[in-house]
Amino acid sequence: MSDLLWAIPFLPLLGFVVLALAGRRLSRRAVAWIGAGSVGLAAVVALATAASFIASPPPSDAAVQALPSWFEVAGLSASFSLRLDPLATVMMLVVTGVGFLILLYSTEFMADDADFSRFFAYLDLFVGAMLVLVLASDLVLLLLGWEGVGLCSYLLIGFWYRDPANGRAARKAFVVTRIGDAALLVGMLLLFTHLGTLDIQELMTRAPAAWPVGSGTAVIAASLLLAGALGKSAQLPLQTWLPDAMAGPTPVSALIHAATMVTAGVYLIARTHTLFELAPPVLAAVGIIGALTLILAGFAAIAQRDIKRVLAYSTISQLGYMFVALGVGAWSAAIFHLMTHAFFKAALFLGAGAVILACQHEHDLYRLGGLRKRMPVTFWTFVASAAALAGVPLVTAGFYSKDLILADAWQHGAYWLWGAAWIGVVLTGIYTTRLVLLAFFGDVGIEPDRRPGARIAVPLIVLGVLSVIGGLVELPASLGGLHALSGFLAPSFAGPPPVAQAAAEPPVGTELVLEGLAALASLGGIALAWLWFSPSRHSQRTPRLPARVRELWASGFGFDRVYELAITRPFTALGIRNRNDVVDGLVRGVVALVRFGHREASATQTGRLRGYAAGVVVGAVVAVGLAAVVFVLVANKGAV
Amino acid sequence: MSSVPLEHVLVLAALLFALGVVALLVRRNAVFMLLAIEIMLNAAGLAFIAAGARWGQPAGQVMFVFILAMAAAEVAVGLALVIRLRRLFGTVDTDAAGEMKG
Repeated sequence: MSDLLWAIPFLPLLGFVVLALAGRRLSRRAVAWIGAGSVGLAAVVALATAASFIASPPPSDAAVQALPSWFEVAGLSASFSLRLDPLATVMMLVVTGVGFLILLYSTEFMADDADFSRFFAYLDLFVGAMLVLVLASDLVLLLLGWEGVGLCSYLLIGFWYRDPANGRAARKAFVVTRIGDAALLVGMLLLFTHLGTLDIQELMTRAPAAWPVGSGTAVIAASLLLAGALGKSAQLPLQTWLPDAMAGPTPVSALIHAATMVTAGVYLIARTHTLFELAPPVLAAVGIIGALTLILAGFAAIAQRDIKRVLAYSTISQLGYMFVALGVGAWSAAIFHLMTHAFFKAALFLGAGAVILACQHEHDLYRLGGLRKRMPVTFWTFVASAAALAGVPLVTAGFYSKDLILADAWQHGAYWLWGAAWIGVVLTGIYTTRLVLLAFFGDVGIEPDRRPGARIAVPLIVLGVLSVIGGLVELPASLGGLHALSGFLAPSFAGPPPVAQAAAEPPVGTELVLEGLAALASLGGIALAWLWFSPSRHSQRTPRLPARVRELWASGFGFDRVYELAITRPFTALGIRNRNDVVDGLVRGVVALVRFGHREASATQTGRLRGYAAGVVVGAVVAVGLAAVVFVLVANKGAV
Repeated sequence: MSSVPLEHVLVLAALLFALGVVALLVRRNAVFMLLAIEIMLNAAGLAFIAAGARWGQPAGQVMFVFILAMAAAEVAVGLALVIRLRRLFGTVDTDAAGEMKG
């Protein structure tokens, strides 16, 4: 079945080509079928491939499909080869599965949009590029997918390009992530010059042989890859682009800026975890950055007014959890949270999209409200996925994945990270509950003028159900001890165990206490938010805080302003100052010279026939005269 | 039969050619400009004939036949152009047809 591996990224890319070339001439129905159908087919192939992979794991737990070489230069040979291992299998299923549901949803959400086919062309290209990213067997192909998803992110954030603000948001996302991308590229070149290959598997076997743990080169290489991951996954200090990225259509936010692309950084670190194990300081930095990000983004999410910005900050915060897990070497915990997060955050965004669509594109939480009775399907799926986000104990997927991260952090002795993550759970409970209360409870703000149809309801229900049961693939020892996912992922994360991982499983007693604390944090956060924001209590909508603190939180801790002052303004000023330099003078001189010559030359074209004839005569006379002079000179010389 | 010296014929040809050039430059009437070109062509032909006679070569006369044929073709095209000129501008004054100036 892994023979068909190539078809998984190829089908969406084919859909993109068809829609890009013929999209304008096709009916909306046909566009929807091609757009969503190609990803649906890819999902079917992916499911079949994964099923056969699980049923009969190939030797060494990875199936490589060798495809033609891409290019070979100076000893670097990049190929289109795809590699399927357990990690790639999980990512592939998430991308195609969630991707298909979101495309299905988009067929209704975007039904009235003038650029229907362009939207689906971009989304297909995105899914194809994302699949290339997760299935790539070498870093060059991974970078192709990495840049491809970045491009699609740019195109889709600025999808409604008639509003200049959307274009600005798109450019910001592109430029900020590009800082990380540049670092990633430099890191790749460093790896290549030192290890002589960019095949990921080969790299991961050569790196431990070439570098001892903590060697300087390994630290530099790992930090460069980390910088790439920080940009893509919107972690401190490159997180500023994600809230603005909400300018795109809501399905885009669900697919790219919640479920898949932003997790590429997590995937990259998990994929190259051997390298990070060689660089303990960088690994520690991953955890610290994740912890800082999850707390700051959690506070910021509490103070947002825009329904999508709450979810955006929440995404940044949840990605912080994944980084914490990576930081303590709990690779499969990170991937587990990545998976459950893809389910519940996609469901939340799609639910928010249904609300926005029904309420005349209103994003402001203060004007929404009371939708509980008006939109029951949306309400219940939203509550289920919000509960998963908040980590309501025992009944939601988010609880199991977040609890695993907390437990792993504790187990690896990272008590500070555990504490930060614990506070993060409280914050998550608060902002999630506030979001649900403001949007669905209280007085009806805007009367919804349409009911979501089947193509919106079905993805919502499927993702809502997955948000509840998706966590049952991995249970802590105290609750049955099922390790289906980590067991499946184990071959991908084999190799020399990290120093910290040597710690023994904690006793069940400790584990129960930790779980109790996590449950307490989650429920406490929810209760706190209920006390503060419950509609029965004078409709309080933001925490009672000094206005300055509230504004600081609402602006995401003022990172935008700092970057504006520290980088953008000086750069622009320098650019303006530099506009009239010597080089410009040279260029302008050439332009002036050419203009002058042109004017003079065209002045000779008088349109008068006799003038031209006179020119010919004068030319002939001069030519004959010259010939005569030369002839005489030569004749004289001959005479001498 | 005493032959005319080559120099005399060449001087005559040069004079004819200069006459043609001057006529070409001073006349604005397209028909007269064509006539001037005819005179220049015949001056060149005369030089060929004289040179052929001087060295006893038939090539000079052959060249003259070529020039005749070429002149006939040139006049055919030239007169057609003159007719178009007259139709378009209502005159055969070449200075009137100066629309292509840069």
